[in-house]
Amino acid sequence: MSLKTPLGHVRGLGSAKSGTHHWWLQRVTAIGMLLLMIWFVVSLIGLRGASFEEATAWISQPLVSVIMLVLIGTAFYHMRLGIQVVIEDYLHGALRIAGIVALNFGTALLSAACLFSVLKIAFGA
Amino acid sequence: MAEFSLPANSKIGKGKAHPAADGATNTRTFKVYRWNPDDGQNPRMDTYEVDMDECGPMVLDALGYIKNIIDPTLTYRRSCREGVCGSCSMNMNGVNGLACTTAIEDCKGTISITPLPHMEVIKDLVPDFKHFYAQYASIKPWMQTETPTPTGKERLQSKEEREKIDGYYECILCACCSTSCPSYWWNGDKYLGPAILLQAYRWLADSRDENTGERLDALEDPFRLYRCHTIMNCANACPKGLNPAKAIAEIKKMMLERQV
Repeated sequence: MSLKTPLGHVRGLGSAKSGTHHWWLQRVTAIGMLLLMIWFVVSLIGLRGASFEEATAWISQPLVSVIMLVLIGTAFYHMRLGIQVVIEDYLHGALRIAGIVALNFGTALLSAACLFSVLKIAFGA
Repeated sequence: MAEFSLPANSKIGKGKAHPAADGATNTRTFKVYRWNPDDGQNPRMDTYEVDMDECGPMVLDALGYIKNIIDPTLTYRRSCREGVCGSCSMNMNGVNGLACTTAIEDCKGTISITPLPHMEVIKDLVPDFKHFYAQYASIKPWMQTETPTPTGKERLQSKEEREKIDGYYECILCACCSTSCPSYWWNGDKYLGPAILLQAYRWLADSRDENTGERLDALEDPFRLYRCHTIMNCANACPKGLNPAKAIAEIKKMMLERQV
């Protein structure tokens, strides 16, 4: 039971003094994704019917590699920002914190794997 | 986790049926949510057949008919009966609105009436507004200034400046918008919701107010403001035709303007 006043509950711990940066970066990465995905889809259409060697040869071009790295970074960052919002919406308390930690670990792992794959092809190891 | 089913003590049972008086030919059926905090029973939906030849055109008229003629135990809020006070906000056939400005004619079939969604119920159709009002108080809905009041004069505002609060000052705080917002359902403890954010913007947009920065500081929060995902239920629900989602977008623009 709590005899705290309704206003006391609402004022709570005060404002977090953040949120705008997250919201803004979500929009900026969305614009980035739009441009990068157009490039990516058009490129994939150009590669249709290509062999494994042709595809890896395409990726290993310096400009393509760099754009692929930017695309992967943007995509995973955008995903992290978006899923955090979903977690904040639907999970509460300890589950919310655990969810956000797991999201950060997962994003780091998956994006590192993707970035490594492109680098490996680029440097031809 | 977000809750997708009602708790055991909120599950709605079948209620009593109140058939129309003998000889009534032009009737409409209303299913009304009933819950009494004193009898220990679960809520139920009572059915009332209303003689439309004896009843006015609005849903509020039907509630009045039910209370006066059929069942005096029915409890609901009402005051102005003309869409100015915001007391009779409720959910009619799944849509939030004011009972006094919702025509029975515009409701199809059996008219189901429940309290505003996701609010704690005090009794029958009366929801508990104490948290909503505390949220309203938290945005300090009054003019805040450093400059002393001009002696013998009002604080001046140009016509253009006054127009900036059009579409916002008309809000009657009926909570139709906030209680139609899924984000407010899941996180209403911290998220201020469309009605309160529209009111917050009404003061942010007022040229006479001098505490814009402090107001924005108080709203700069992932939960208080940024739970709005432009679902737009609020704009759909507003019985005054206002657009709370636009007010929230304007607040976000102001937030960005001061840091980008």
